[in-house]
Amino acid sequence: MKITLAAIPYYWPRSEVVDFYARLCRANIDVVYLGESVCSKRSEMTLDDWLAIAAELQRAGKEVVLTSLALITGRNELQMMKRICAQGLQVEANDTATVQRLHELGQPFICGSSINIYNAPTLQYFVRLGMRRWVAPVELAGTDLAALLAQTTRANSIETEILGWGKLPLAYSARCYTARAHNRPKDACKKICIDYPRGMAVTSQENTALFTLNGIQTLSASPQDLRALLPQVRSAGVTHFRVVPELDLKLSFFDALKANISGDAQPVTITSDACNGYWYGVAGMTRE
Amino acid sequence: MIELVAPAGSFPAFKAALEAGADTVYVGFKDATNARHFAGLNFSDDQLARARTLATRKSVKLYVAINTYPQARNWQQWTSAVDNAVALGADALILADTGLLAYAAEKYPAMHLHLSVQASATNSLALKFYADNFAIKRAVLPRVLSLEQVATLCEHSPVDLEVFGFGSLCIMAEGRCVLSSYLTSESPNNSGACSPAKYVRWEERADGSRLSRLNNVLIDKYAPDEPASYPTLCKGRFRVGDKVYHTLEEPTSLSTLQLIPQLAKMGVKAIKIEGRQRSPVYVRQVVRVWRAALDAYVAQGEAFVPDPSWIASLNTVAEGSQTSLGAYSRPWQ
Repeated sequence: MKITLAAIPYYWPRSEVVDFYARLCRANIDVVYLGESVCSKRSEMTLDDWLAIAAELQRAGKEVVLTSLALITGRNELQMMKRICAQGLQVEANDTATVQRLHELGQPFICGSSINIYNAPTLQYFVRLGMRRWVAPVELAGTDLAALLAQTTRANSIETEILGWGKLPLAYSARCYTARAHNRPKDACKKICIDYPRGMAVTSQENTALFTLNGIQTLSASPQDLRALLPQVRSAGVTHFRVVPELDLKLSFFDALKANISGDAQPVTITSDACNGYWYGVAGMTRE
Repeated sequence: MIELVAPAGSFPAFKAALEAGADTVYVGFKDATNARHFAGLNFSDDQLARARTLATRKSVKLYVAINTYPQARNWQQWTSAVDNAVALGADALILADTGLLAYAAEKYPAMHLHLSVQASATNSLALKFYADNFAIKRAVLPRVLSLEQVATLCEHSPVDLEVFGFGSLCIMAEGRCVLSSYLTSESPNNSGACSPAKYVRWEERADGSRLSRLNNVLIDKYAPDEPASYPTLCKGRFRVGDKVYHTLEEPTSLSTLQLIPQLAKMGVKAIKIEGRQRSPVYVRQVVRVWRAALDAYVAQGEAFVPDPSWIASLNTVAEGSQTSLGAYSRPWQ
């Protein structure tokens, strides 16, 4: 099983992003997804910046994938997506518009978790259009994922990725909740989310941790952690284990994960702040 | 002439929609194949056959929503729903799942397929994807687009467009929100319901205050005289930093009555009323107002102004007795 690093969901200053990937060139990671998937207003990084980082990561032996917006509503967003698709690099499509574009270009693609693939006929349809890897929807239970792959012809040639560690992307809106928390309209957000490199925590009035506000995206409060379930994850047919970036991710995290995957280390036990309910088909926020 | 598409979650609601002047009524089957899967709601095959007869008599169209996402273990239930809807004489099927669209397009090439809002097509290229692959005739636009964005789409869309006119304000891109399953295990995509009723619990306190819970998570606290709303979790009051507020959205309903002239000029083909989970009284009241408003627009053209009595009537059935233009209005964003 390969280790992948999802695109950074948050809005970090340019220097932070550059440092982050410079560090990760040395990490035990096979595939790195790069770019902006949440909000088109975030302009710290240009496409050229991302391409420069991509080249550096490729020199370090990593497979690189450019990502694209999950919610494309404006003309500029559509244009940017087309530019991303035109770079000759692999692209993660997070919306059917991007699937359409990549299919028109005859380019193989990867479907992100916000493309709804819940059954084998849908998976096979996207494969016919050129999909070579897919990231399972976050709410798909382990048994459903295994059943889906068992029903898929040529399942062995399709790469399947699952969000193994990190906060779950739960929803996208037209509204920016970080701006709303500051009583600012979205049009005058002043990119306030750069002040929240870990997002904003949302708890119930009884202090149950619920969500993380990240601009127009709502993430889970807890990271999902499937490291203790690696044998089950593998036997379901998963080929890629996705880690979602957080500011404090250390190189040693990936070394330990690699050792877990190869069976060279003691299995990990899930911590009390993490969740794994979705894998078991129960509420995603719970821990089984 | 904009088509008025009304919801019916029951046979009485269906009759109410017909009597109130709907051009089209949309329904779903009594199972998880549609996004309003609540106990006691929706249509058996027999009821749908009766509805077909009544609709034909009144020259009203009948659409069937099969707009959730089948799983590997229950795929056949969804294809059966498509087969049944076609056999029972639906005028169009409202679908979201790519595999199911492929199934319907291949098996019933003459059937009109509409793209459900649950498929979340928010731009012209996404619409082209569904038009090229499955020859859809119409798409229902998500409630996350501004009026300007809807106008642009009307210009560039390869298919007819339907927009929401009134009802629940879904503030997330539909079909891509799993907040509900994060708390309960069930979501519109996988079970056909957001914040399912079986997970809802109300607690009355001695001082008259009330708490609403979803799978034991506190969604909101209401003062003794405060009107309470259904604990849809995106409309709960939560804590961010030291503030407790409606973190994502206040409990309001979407109402675009005042936008009728703009929507008509843009070329919007149909207006959808949301609410298959609502009562026949709601359906009758809302459809009656919208029938009157659309007819008034045809008669008055540019001079159209919504009648205050229509707005008052809609406010009585709106969530929290408030309405919003939602994302159609830029300041809301």
